[in-house]
Amino acid sequence: MSTAAARGRFGSYGGAYVPETLVPALEELEQSMDAALSDAAFLAELATWLHDYAGRPTPMHHARRLSAVNGGAQIWLKREDLLHTGAHKLNNALGQVLLAVRMGKQRIIAETGAGQHGLATATACACLGLRCIVYMGREDMRRQALNVYKMELLGAEVVPVDSGSATLKDATNEAIRDWVTNVRDTHYVIGSAVGPHPYPTLVRRLQRVIGDETRAETRRRFGRLPSCVVACVGGGSNAIGMFTAFVEDEDVELVGVEAAGRGLDSGEHAAPLSRGRPGVLHGSRSYLMQDGDGQVEVTHSISAGLDYPGVGPEHSMLRDSGRARYESATDTDALAAFHRLTRLEGIIPALESAHALHVAARLAEQRSADDLVVVCLSGRGDKDIDTVRESPLG
Amino acid sequence: MSVAAPGTRFADAFAARETDALPGLIPYFTAGFPALESTVPLLIAAQETGCLAAEVGIPFSDPLADGPTIQRSGTRALRNGMTLHIAVRQIRAAREAGVTIPLAPMTYVNPILAYGPAAFMADLRAAGADGLIVPDLPDDEAGDVRDVAHAHGLAFIPLVAPTTTGSRLAHIAAHASGFVYCVAVTGVTGARAALAAEALQLLDRVRACTPLPRALGFGLRTHEHLEQLRGHCEAAAVGSALIDAIERDEQDAAGAAARFLRSMLHG
Ligand SMILES: Cc1ncc(COP(=O)(O)O)c(C=O)c1O
Repeated sequence: MSTAAARGRFGSYGGAYVPETLVPALEELEQSMDAALSDAAFLAELATWLHDYAGRPTPMHHARRLSAVNGGAQIWLKREDLLHTGAHKLNNALGQVLLAVRMGKQRIIAETGAGQHGLATATACACLGLRCIVYMGREDMRRQALNVYKMELLGAEVVPVDSGSATLKDATNEAIRDWVTNVRDTHYVIGSAVGPHPYPTLVRRLQRVIGDETRAETRRRFGRLPSCVVACVGGGSNAIGMFTAFVEDEDVELVGVEAAGRGLDSGEHAAPLSRGRPGVLHGSRSYLMQDGDGQVEVTHSISAGLDYPGVGPEHSMLRDSGRARYESATDTDALAAFHRLTRLEGIIPALESAHALHVAARLAEQRSADDLVVVCLSGRGDKDIDTVRESPLG
Repeated sequence: MSVAAPGTRFADAFAARETDALPGLIPYFTAGFPALESTVPLLIAAQETGCLAAEVGIPFSDPLADGPTIQRSGTRALRNGMTLHIAVRQIRAAREAGVTIPLAPMTYVNPILAYGPAAFMADLRAAGADGLIVPDLPDDEAGDVRDVAHAHGLAFIPLVAPTTTGSRLAHIAAHASGFVYCVAVTGVTGARAALAAEALQLLDRVRACTPLPRALGFGLRTHEHLEQLRGHCEAAAVGSALIDAIERDEQDAAGAAARFLRSMLHG
């Protein structure tokens, strides 16, 4: 195995399984990433944008009423929902678009599921003056009509994708095909810690600010670390962003939450780490929902941002090593957690984040009142209001 | 173990070509399209019209390197129930029906991993396949699968693209067997009007690295394209334009394929 491939490995996961046309572009991206991330001027520019424009650092909120009603450990929320555009996705989009400017790329493409990553990328392109094209499954455009309109207001072109299941997986295929065709002048801003090397590493680096801030804040306030951090896992970017700062702290439990959809045994879910087998999708080897013939399965989740058959390769490694644990929450669990947080804390969470809230509450129950459980509240729920209203629990 | 050197059927087919002839034609068929049982009659049509070899595309749910036409045919084939196991059986059936031209299955890496690379190569070889093309397995990742293919006497045919740098090209050529698949455009599969200038440059760059035969593919669709390639490469692959022709006359898929391939070969 060449060193390029070895660098992009997380144990036996990761790699760069892409058409030859893209290999030189990935090598260029890796070199540019390494240079930018060791350049103090670039890091200072990124920090300024994150502070002045995006609103970092995000606060941590003690969910007092939720903790009291739930019983057990104190639940704290890392408020990525308060970041500009309403989700953690802007950390990654701003960093990647700044990198694209540095690389001299004039055209930006992205895929989106819930629309939050598309919105974040369209926003970064608006404020940095780049052309933006967002691929989105037609089914997701229906579910997330508000975000589609916002992206268009921001000047992005939203291209509907009808192939396959017309959701995030298919939008990602289409974005990669665009990149294969326009690779010379285009940067592909991938939306999660997935894809071929160097993307999982790049996205982790840009999202680790979530966990770095959380770690510093809990140390400052309590002089200790949380006993447990919890995050939802679609592709796994907010989760790896939260986990990275704590990976060396063996006493801190890392818990990722996948979408169990209509139940892990229903076959209608999006939980590759719980029920998939390793395979290759979108350029990397990782746990994957696939049938016996290696065809990728259609997933289901009430939350468009978790409705994806793959997962970032580093999560596969953390799962196998046992350093992180992966649980799941059903559509119904997530809706109940959505309503609970809204009523008890006055915070309307994204349905993705509601999956993490459900599992965090169960974990908190089993702990003592002076334990700290931190949940990554990855986004706000405005985009999900219609879905919630139409649901049986609405 | 006495297995034949990888790709001897390819070597023989290329050796039989006259040097100043038109490039040999290599049609791409989506196995199981338009009907599950279309594969064998289509391969017979390829042989009878004088094609040099054929690619047997085995569909994958997420074909990253393919444009709309091949995607559409793959989706249809999957709905028809196509699998790697069935494709292997159809290759054997084609051999039993008298198809002697070289056959190279083309599929993505995940179905191969699900089947098990060693089992897949053994079954392909026993069925009479000659090589393998995997568009999402670039040189850096190909090592294990390529070794297994070679151990079973199958050529592992790499793709090179206009964006491939000089040092990569040398590396890829050194590992190649059968022939080198040169991608004519910076892009995915799909018929295009004109032959890109970067295609001819790529063919020259490949010749500087290896004496292996070169096949140009992606975007070719007319006899004029083949004429323009005379003297520049040893073979030309055609996929999307052929699938388009079959789609227009699905009731007589083999007849439509034969008419299209003849028009490409003879104008
Ligand atoms: C609010 C929110 N949280 C989480 C996710 C899931 O992505 P990831 O697992 O990469 O954090 C999304 C994706 O769209 C999202 O919008």
